[in-house]
Amino acid sequence: MVIKGGEVIFNTVHLPGSWKLSTYVANGGYSALRKILADKISAETIIAEVKKSALRGRGGAGFPTGLKWSFMPRHFQGDKYLVCNSDEGEPGTFKDRDIMLLNPHALIEGMIIAAYTMGTQRGYNYIHGEIWECYERMEAAIEEAKAAGFLGDNILGTDFSFHLFNHHGYGAYICGEETALLESLEGKKGQPRFKPPFPASFGLYGKPTTINNTETFASIPYIIREGGQKFLELGKPNNGGTKIFSVSGHVNKPGNYEVPMGMPFAELLELAGGMRNGSTFKACIPGGSSTPVVPAELMMQCTMDYDSIAKAGSALGAGSVIIMDDTVCMVKALERLSYFYFEESCGQCTPCREGTGWLYRVVHRIEHGQGRPEDLDLLNDVAFNIGGRTICALGDAAAMPVQAMLKHYRHEFEHHIEHGKCMV
Amino acid sequence: MLSPDSLAQIDHEIAKYPADQRQSAVMSALRIAQVEKGWLATETMDFVADYLGMPTIAVYEVATFYNMYDTAPVGKYKITLCTNISCMLTGAPEMTEYLKRKLGCGFGETSEDGRFTLKEGECMGACGDSPVCMINNHRMEGFLTPEKVDRIIEELK
Ligand SMILES: Cc1cc2nc3c(=O)[nH]c(=O)nc-3n(C[C@H](O)[C@H](O)[C@H](O)COP(=O)(O)O)c2cc1C
Ligand code: SF4
Ligand code: FES
Repeated sequence: MVIKGGEVIFNTVHLPGSWKLSTYVANGGYSALRKILADKISAETIIAEVKKSALRGRGGAGFPTGLKWSFMPRHFQGDKYLVCNSDEGEPGTFKDRDIMLLNPHALIEGMIIAAYTMGTQRGYNYIHGEIWECYERMEAAIEEAKAAGFLGDNILGTDFSFHLFNHHGYGAYICGEETALLESLEGKKGQPRFKPPFPASFGLYGKPTTINNTETFASIPYIIREGGQKFLELGKPNNGGTKIFSVSGHVNKPGNYEVPMGMPFAELLELAGGMRNGSTFKACIPGGSSTPVVPAELMMQCTMDYDSIAKAGSALGAGSVIIMDDTVCMVKALERLSYFYFEESCGQCTPCREGTGWLYRVVHRIEHGQGRPEDLDLLNDVAFNIGGRTICALGDAAAMPVQAMLKHYRHEFEHHIEHGKCMV
Repeated sequence: MLSPDSLAQIDHEIAKYPADQRQSAVMSALRIAQVEKGWLATETMDFVADYLGMPTIAVYEVATFYNMYDTAPVGKYKITLCTNISCMLTGAPEMTEYLKRKLGCGFGETSEDGRFTLKEGECMGACGDSPVCMINNHRMEGFLTPEKVDRIIEELK
């Protein structure tokens, strides 16, 4: 797998032992924190800087980070929590894993700055179950940061204290949803909570909580060190900074590419080595399995930022670019994705629990030559009845890809139903 | 019921949470117990419940909700193969067939000699290395080919 260094997060990945505290510090690491503490920079100033950067949440929803931070009741007396969402389980996404493996201190410093800003003394990093190596790496990095006085009581001799801990998940996609993650941290089944109340008022253990994605936190030290304006200018208005794109599927060089937000898709595809063995590009899922599929011709006109991908009828999501060539049967691809959502639905809401089962079973029978002419309407109908009618967005995540597949590749589904087999 | 080493590890996890929130350590306690015992028998889960001061039902709920816990015996080596989209595009279907033939068992089954259990997994967050599998939850192997699978299995025997 290829890892392309960028300016903000993967700036040191080419160095041996890039994950070590010494490497991080030698390259400007923890200087943002030092500056904040030495100059007693106010929380308002930090939030203003983050707002100026136009950093948007990298976990999938793209919510402006500065705005989220301003929701936290900073002066609330009593426990408050900071949580990092490293439960990366969205099919096609593998960036947080490399951030934790290769630059864990960027995440830690980002969390310390966030904790300082929001007046939080305790934080948790919830790590996806399948990546044990990351958990071990993060445990070691936290120990290093503690020993150097960056974490713990009286950080760098000030009266600011922050304690950070890793929590290891054990295999449940739904725990990536922030309130399911909080339930899981509390030692329960990971079932999403009904919102409102939002985590900023009722979060971990019922206390005010801010939760951000790994890549979001890891962007913070750069923003404070270099200024929000500089981060913004790396990307484009409303889409600041660099973004790590995880490119997988039918490309010659799958991997993580940290590039400026707004890079033309065609350029990213070229960076990833182009189509595998020169095959023909058919379709792209641009932001992880929950985002609608985009046909090749349309995708080639996009730039890699929230606004452009939204215009193409999809979403940038977590920046997880899945490339498919013309050997891929869309019915089969959708069958696998529908199975995933059926398998991972937590079962709390009827439209999701039953609907994901229906979607899977109907696509499955089409794929296996038993489709009926009315099935396509049935699929659209089931998808429509899930969307917007559930506690969390997993329901929408299951429904949207179905609608997009039927919109763009209806003929493949019809062919399957009519002939009982594949077109491609 | 659990070894002193496992208990020390569990205590280390409990210390990460506020004193009145021992339950937060249940996921790691079950993981540690499973590593020691191979799988989670009811007595093991009951012990964890007692140790953390939780109702047993709450522990069973956790153990059955998350995919990586085994509440039934598994082989000495559990191989979980990701078959999700990126892995599917890069050879997971072929790896599935190869592993099934090689081990003589299907998904959710254990080989005749009791050494290997094969499981189907969801995305492991390592799609750039696809196709990917996990061995006993804690070791990941990517870029699988029949030759690589042969090597891994040979080494585990
Ligand atoms: C089904 C589902 C799965 C999600 N998975 C993840 C995930 O793996 N990682 C993540 O950071 N956010 C995930 N999210 C989004 C989180 O709920 C939340 O919006 C995010 O962690 C907020 O951080 P951000 O603002 O920094 O992006 C998921 C949401 C849903 C509905
Ligand atoms: S939408 Fe699905 S996953 Fe989300 S809470 Fe409802 S049942 Fe659970
Ligand atoms: S799809 Fe297999 S690791 Fe992500």
